[in-house]
Amino acid sequence: MPDDIPNSLLSVRSLSLTLKPELSILNDVSFDVAPGEIVALVGESGSGKTMLARGTMQLLPKGFTRTAGEILLDGRDVFAMSEAELRSMRGAKVGMIFQEPMVSLNPAMTIGNQLIEGLRLHERISVEAAWQRAVEMLGRVRIPDPEKCMAAFPHQFSGGMRQRIMIASVMLLKPKLLIADEPTTALDTLTQREVLEVMVELTKSSSTAVLLITHNLGLVAQYAQKMVVLERGRLVESGPVREILQHPRESYTRTLINALPQRDYGRPQIADAAPLITAKDLSVVFAGAGNMFSASEPKHAVKGVSVAVKPGEAVAVVGGSGSGKTTLGRAMLGLLPLAGGDITYRGVAMSQATRDQQRAFRLDCQLVFQDPYSSLDPRQKIFDIVAEPLNHGPALSKNERRDRVREMLEEVGLSGFGDRFPHALSGGQRQRVAIARAVIRNPAFVVADEPVSALDMTIQKQVLDLFRKLQERHGFACLFISHDLGAVSRVADRIIVMQSGAIVEQGSVEAILDRPNHDYTKALLEAAPTLSAVA
Amino acid sequence: MMRPSLNLVVGSLLIGIVVAMAVTAFFWTPYSPMAVNLKARMVGPSASYLLGTDDFGRDVLSRLLVGASQSLTVAILTVALAVGIGATLGLISGYVRGMVDRVLMVVSDAILALPGTLLALGLMVIMGPNKYGVIFALGVAYSPSVLRIVRSSVLSVREREFVEASRVIGNSELQTMVRHVLPNSIAPLVVLATSMFGWVVLAESGLSFLGLGVPPPAPTWGNMLSAARPFLERAPWLGLAPGICISMTLLGINLLGDALRDRLDPRMERQ
Repeated sequence: MPDDIPNSLLSVRSLSLTLKPELSILNDVSFDVAPGEIVALVGESGSGKTMLARGTMQLLPKGFTRTAGEILLDGRDVFAMSEAELRSMRGAKVGMIFQEPMVSLNPAMTIGNQLIEGLRLHERISVEAAWQRAVEMLGRVRIPDPEKCMAAFPHQFSGGMRQRIMIASVMLLKPKLLIADEPTTALDTLTQREVLEVMVELTKSSSTAVLLITHNLGLVAQYAQKMVVLERGRLVESGPVREILQHPRESYTRTLINALPQRDYGRPQIADAAPLITAKDLSVVFAGAGNMFSASEPKHAVKGVSVAVKPGEAVAVVGGSGSGKTTLGRAMLGLLPLAGGDITYRGVAMSQATRDQQRAFRLDCQLVFQDPYSSLDPRQKIFDIVAEPLNHGPALSKNERRDRVREMLEEVGLSGFGDRFPHALSGGQRQRVAIARAVIRNPAFVVADEPVSALDMTIQKQVLDLFRKLQERHGFACLFISHDLGAVSRVADRIIVMQSGAIVEQGSVEAILDRPNHDYTKALLEAAPTLSAVA
Repeated sequence: MMRPSLNLVVGSLLIGIVVAMAVTAFFWTPYSPMAVNLKARMVGPSASYLLGTDDFGRDVLSRLLVGASQSLTVAILTVALAVGIGATLGLISGYVRGMVDRVLMVVSDAILALPGTLLALGLMVIMGPNKYGVIFALGVAYSPSVLRIVRSSVLSVREREFVEASRVIGNSELQTMVRHVLPNSIAPLVVLATSMFGWVVLAESGLSFLGLGVPPPAPTWGNMLSAARPFLERAPWLGLAPGICISMTLLGINLLGDALRDRLDPRMERQ
């Protein structure tokens, strides 16, 4: 009965959900959210946390059925509400922010019209008044020049800005409960912090409760009061954040806590040697997109950056989105035309290299992509994907080739996956395939472009550990690109911090993490998810 | 493995029948398809003439069998030509971009601006009415639609990271194009090619009707259908026989196309 806990806004009572009769999604989950409280719902992908959120809004996809329990909102079971009641509940009482800010705003409508649409749907209010309130709300989520923003379209904003606009549009209706489904997973650590600060500040001032769905315990430690840990649809543990993080009772919770990046300076010393690859005063300029009548300003993505990587050395390049770190990585592989500077590989300057030398350089260097969903050809089987680079190495017999691929798959922990297609693999497994493809030809230099930022924290740790293991075993040099300073200490010998196309600070892992000099480095460090908030 | 879908079964069955008809015609027909018998003009279906005779007293069944081989050859070769030209140019246009793309698009736009049949008609006047003229004319007329479809899917596929990954592992542009871009751009083409098969059968009959198709007395389903038009009330079997054959082929080929598209998509394997 709802009277048992008079203080509960959202009350999930022994809820079980199934997909079709046989597949259990949620199993006997119970927890409460009090008004104004921030509760974190934590678990890996596939733990059922998103379905729980959708259940609260009654937005479950087809095929999901409730087999037991209830979701009480203000004491009323949402499964028993009529369609009209649900419509007036969604938005006005419960707001929702989605993971992907790039697709959750309508690209064909101005921001202003989208903000007003929701407001006028739920409240009798004139266009002028609605406009006024929307402008005010945009100001509160710290959008510069809100008036101008109202007339702009979503594509004119960055991911972080869009997510703040999303928050504005949801909070305009002053909901009692805000469900934030991994609101910052797609953003870099600095932007992540900005967005969450805005969200917490805003919900606090209007005493809106928040159900924060995330796989990142660092965020939980920083912002939530209570947490609920889910594992494969089962409630593992729930209670106050401080208590759980400091004294986790269940082993699964400990796994999640251990997955948080911890500093690890245990890497062996790199032998002093002449650099394997050197980039000198590298500049990359992208022509502006512009429109039919005028070309826009060309964009200087990388401005005169010099980097040298020794054989076997792992260098981390860290910076927020737009810092030029990805461009630097591609440019060092010779994948982008240079506006200035040169790359020297094994003592040969690429601008003067013969075709054969350039080809040897290309074959010696590999790239691991950020998004494991688009970097694998969906029509190739895993075996063929991993085997393809061998076409360009020394000729191998069919058997040698097969053994080499099997060996590689085993090394990345995917034995027996050769016959599957990429779509049948999880994100972490796909990234293992991408790493296997990059390493199979024993490259001398690998650029890893945010290889783990699309993955869950626990999977991130596994993939980082794998990468480190392979790097130590095969001894390739590596440029490890990341937006997360915390994640790189496990894999790097040296850190380079980049901001708007230039290096602002570089040094050993210890120096950068423990004694940062530049303000930007400090900000990045502060934004990195750790448990320091409760420790 | 996957259980064959209903589409696949029915489609193969229908196409199987049509192919069997075409093959039979090579070895045996009840009568000569050209033999005129003025004493037996427009005889209804009977024991001696299973599907009756036409206005010249020629056996409809024999003509239908021979027509199957004629129509199938024309349709298959035309679609192959259109897909060959269109897919190659579309792949180049979408993948290389730049000046090549612009020129190809202008040419294909110019061709698309004319109705396909009209263009084929013009080409046929130059080529003279014969089977290979029809194939060439229709193939050229339909290739721009293939080009556009392939180009648009290549444009989206080439931006995916696995294309860049292919370059990074050392594949040349040509290898990347053939191994990674083409297979991922092919699904919409399969659907287009199957519906094109139908257009070709119809367009060929239209050209035949205007006296520019496969020249009479050689039978095709198209020219049989158009020749039957004046007699539809008196001798409905004349139109029904080729009409049903054309419909059956189109249905079969469309079902096969759907089944093929599903099978080409590895994501469908589980279902």
